[in-house]
Amino acid sequence: MNLIGRGGVPIKILLIEDSPGDVRLTQEAFRSANPTIDLHVASDGAEAMAFLRRQGAHAGAPRPDLILLDLNLPKMDGREVLAQIKKDEDLKTIPTIILTTSDAEVDIAKSYQLQANCYLNKPVQLDQFESLVKSINDFWLVDAKLPKHAPSGLV
Amino acid sequence: MRRADLYEIDQNAVADLRKSRERPLVQKYETATVREEGMPIEVLLVEDSAGDVRLTQEAFRDANKSVRLHVASDGVEAMAFLRHQNSHSHAPRPDLILLDLNLPKMDGREVLALIKEDASLKTIPTIVLTTSESEVDIAKSYELQANCYLSKPVQLDQFETLVKSINDFWLTKVKLPKNRQSS
Repeated sequence: MNLIGRGGVPIKILLIEDSPGDVRLTQEAFRSANPTIDLHVASDGAEAMAFLRRQGAHAGAPRPDLILLDLNLPKMDGREVLAQIKKDEDLKTIPTIILTTSDAEVDIAKSYQLQANCYLNKPVQLDQFESLVKSINDFWLVDAKLPKHAPSGLV
Repeated sequence: MRRADLYEIDQNAVADLRKSRERPLVQKYETATVREEGMPIEVLLVEDSAGDVRLTQEAFRDANKSVRLHVASDGVEAMAFLRHQNSHSHAPRPDLILLDLNLPKMDGREVLALIKEDASLKTIPTIVLTTSESEVDIAKSYELQANCYLSKPVQLDQFETLVKSINDFWLTKVKLPKNRQSS
């Protein structure tokens, strides 16, 4: 299992999540699945877009290798964030995974329509949540080939 | 990989379904079967190498008995399958597509572009599965909105492990869009 991204650079993940409890759980689960991951957190949709566009306080933000996106977010909804990412020629190649408590068919369908790369349900049980984060790590960061970074010069 | 092979694969799928009814299932795929109780999971494999088709078929057979694998051996046939054209008028809508990039008649990149431009087909998760590890192919595939990109390992056991990973992640963890069954 390769624990380090291409060229020895840590893999960067942007977690867009407003619940501090879920942020903490995700951080801990990634720490045990893959200690080299550099996890960044945006707690609402507007902050997520500022991070991705390196605006305001996020001028030095790195380009994430993977985005984990909650759907129900303050300020700007996760569906809107997803739509903006996938409309942006530069950002659309970043694999974007929906990670939400919603299992409504309408949210699943809408997310795939907006070209989410995949849709995952947040389990309520702690051990199942940890196991899901491990699956994300094993599939997306070990098995899948991710696009090489567009040079940003800011990392 | 021609029609005779397709026929054989269909026969195998039927035989598998029979077998799965006859004996208790040992694999765990609770989540996958909860989604559509008793319904097979339809996977479309777009692949021109007969050897890779056989390997994928066998690996899925080991990993998940509810998978019904359909094969299109070139890009034109894949689009006919997805659009229910010609001999594919009764083709089911796949739950998942595994797409090779280098294909006869119509290239995999063109197939991917057509799928993702089509309002109805674009919601079907489409996984690129190819021997190419070229950065250009990876970037182009994500640009065309492939759901993910996987490199086919050369080693047999690694290939089997990868198919198992696809099954474990995409068919048990991931929520797929509800399949509007056609025909």
